[in-house]
Amino acid sequence: MKKLKTVASFIVPYLQYLDEHNQPTQDFPDWCSNEVLLDLYQRMTLLRVFDNQMVNLHRTGRIGTFPSSLGQEAVFIPMGLSMKKEDVLCPFYRDHGAMIQRGYSLRDILAYWSGDERGNASKAANQDFPTCVPIATQCLHATGVAYAIKYRHEKRVVVTAIGDGGTSKGDFYEAMNLAGAWHLPMVFVIDNNQWAISVPRSKQTACETLAQKAIAAGLDCIQVDGNDVIAMMDVMQYAINQARDGGKATVIEAVTYRLADHTTVDDASRYSNPDDKKNAWKKEPIARLGYYLEAQGVWDKDKESELQHTSKEFVEKEIETYFTVEKQKPETMFDYLFETLPNAMIDQRDELV
Amino acid sequence: MTAITLVEAVNQALSYEMAHDKNVIILGEDIAVNGGVFRSTVGLLEKFGPERVLDTPLAESMIAGMSIGMAAQGLKPVAEFQFCGFIYSAFDQIISHASRLRNRTRGRLTCPLVFRAPYGGGIHAPEHHSESTEALFAHIPGIRVVIPSSPAKAYGLLLAAIRNPDPVLFLEPKRIYRLVKQEVPDDGIALPLDKCFIVKEGTDVTLISWGAMMKETVEAAESLENDGISAEIIDLATISPIDMETILTSVEKTGRCVIIHEAPRTCGVGAEIAAQLAEYALDALVAPIQRVSGYDTVMPYAQLEKYYMPSVARILNAVTTVMEYP
Repeated sequence: MKKLKTVASFIVPYLQYLDEHNQPTQDFPDWCSNEVLLDLYQRMTLLRVFDNQMVNLHRTGRIGTFPSSLGQEAVFIPMGLSMKKEDVLCPFYRDHGAMIQRGYSLRDILAYWSGDERGNASKAANQDFPTCVPIATQCLHATGVAYAIKYRHEKRVVVTAIGDGGTSKGDFYEAMNLAGAWHLPMVFVIDNNQWAISVPRSKQTACETLAQKAIAAGLDCIQVDGNDVIAMMDVMQYAINQARDGGKATVIEAVTYRLADHTTVDDASRYSNPDDKKNAWKKEPIARLGYYLEAQGVWDKDKESELQHTSKEFVEKEIETYFTVEKQKPETMFDYLFETLPNAMIDQRDELV
Repeated sequence: MTAITLVEAVNQALSYEMAHDKNVIILGEDIAVNGGVFRSTVGLLEKFGPERVLDTPLAESMIAGMSIGMAAQGLKPVAEFQFCGFIYSAFDQIISHASRLRNRTRGRLTCPLVFRAPYGGGIHAPEHHSESTEALFAHIPGIRVVIPSSPAKAYGLLLAAIRNPDPVLFLEPKRIYRLVKQEVPDDGIALPLDKCFIVKEGTDVTLISWGAMMKETVEAAESLENDGISAEIIDLATISPIDMETILTSVEKTGRCVIIHEAPRTCGVGAEIAAQLAEYALDALVAPIQRVSGYDTVMPYAQLEKYYMPSVARILNAVTTVMEYP
């Protein structure tokens, strides 16, 4: 090869407003008032209290396996909060923080992770897809929803999320490719919490960023400090507005850290260095915003203990209510399989009943 | 009325339903401008436009997953997999999502879609183009599996599949895509799903088959008729769920049953029918049930496929066996 010329070149932008030392790195966006930040702080706190209680419920055998979102609250709250009611969320399995902002109750999330399909049935979830366990498959559902929206000339947007490990899967690439080729009103959010169960981000791909995977699909991309809730809110709103206005889909890589085990049946001490987690705790999103708000004079220890108290009380009440709900009847496993149960299956249903 | 082929009947059904229901969208590889590699969607782009007739990027999991998203929004996607041999990368979406969406949301979201795919051997196609994999799908709770065996059935069953509120896998026997022509009125009348068809009544033996193998089965029955053996022929048509009622009634009458399918024998759909006959009609059987099927081998590439496919002679041998029992 002798002379080469550049046929295309790309950049991967990065966004941050509030750094790990709780200091602004630039002027905050216009929407960002102390009032909004206090609301975000409260929502993130409630999510953390809920996550902690869910882990406890698993330990005492009252619910099944649960994936805590500890440390990633600043990713999930803005994801759900930035969407309009009529938009559609195609979540991955650690997305309950976003789902709660969309209308799912804590009882729905409890039901789902207790093994009760009714947790996916909440009418409040509108047309959102339920929690998706098979990795990356939800990204393709999002493309189909987005095409339906486009076909009907509606101004709705589809948001789908995925973990860092999921970005290695074909369905993720196929979905981004289609979103580009068909110009679909979509936003992809990568919760890069550095771990796919035990496999670290560094072993997942040689890419410098996960955001850049968007470039091959012709999409916009951005890497964000996923522990900076201001940056996450800002980028979510920007990307959603762009998609709503007929612009390109965006892939947002939120860089954060999984401070909990993968799920309640995982033990991260088997494969991770405790120092890494210790360092990650220094950057976590809630304390970061809390210190900033304290410095602004709008938050203090009394308000904090009041918030902790009311959050715990609310979560406890939701848990209590859920455990009084009547269990599903066994025959419901037949009753929602098809709109009408085929004759061929009636004997099996009768056998169960 | 002009007589049409099976592949033309597929086109006629798609066209009818698209004209009557704006929610019906068709998608797949090479289906729009090219009209499909078998021409089953020819002319539909011109009639219904590029928003409803979609050439997709080449990715089968995407075709399935995207269809699920569309269906959850109330569209009725009819997606084509170019050959059934390419459907495997979509298997995750079919088994994990299409078949489960209604159940796992307790009816909040539903999945009214059709996955079409040409299947089966006998046309000297390239490798990976000729398998018969209906049993893989019949084992999945929550989806229906339908296989037509004639132009009229292709038309009526495809209409029924599109109108069905749940996911349907519609496998098209490509060996008989253009084998026979039949007058098929474009009247929009659907055939029932979950119901098999008695193609010919008889008294001595029940022959059960579906798809392209109906051709050899009918030929075998004609030959048997000349030898004084009266065969009843059942076209299964709906592979899942199976209409056992019709089958049981027939076998209770004849006492003998031969099941013919192109797919491998072990855990094939024939095995399920035989098991149910053993459970519910053992008293009526005067002879062991026989299966005439593809072998439990890899589907041979073009040169050897004729030795794999069940022949009229193999069907007649099986009938001779069951007729030896008084």
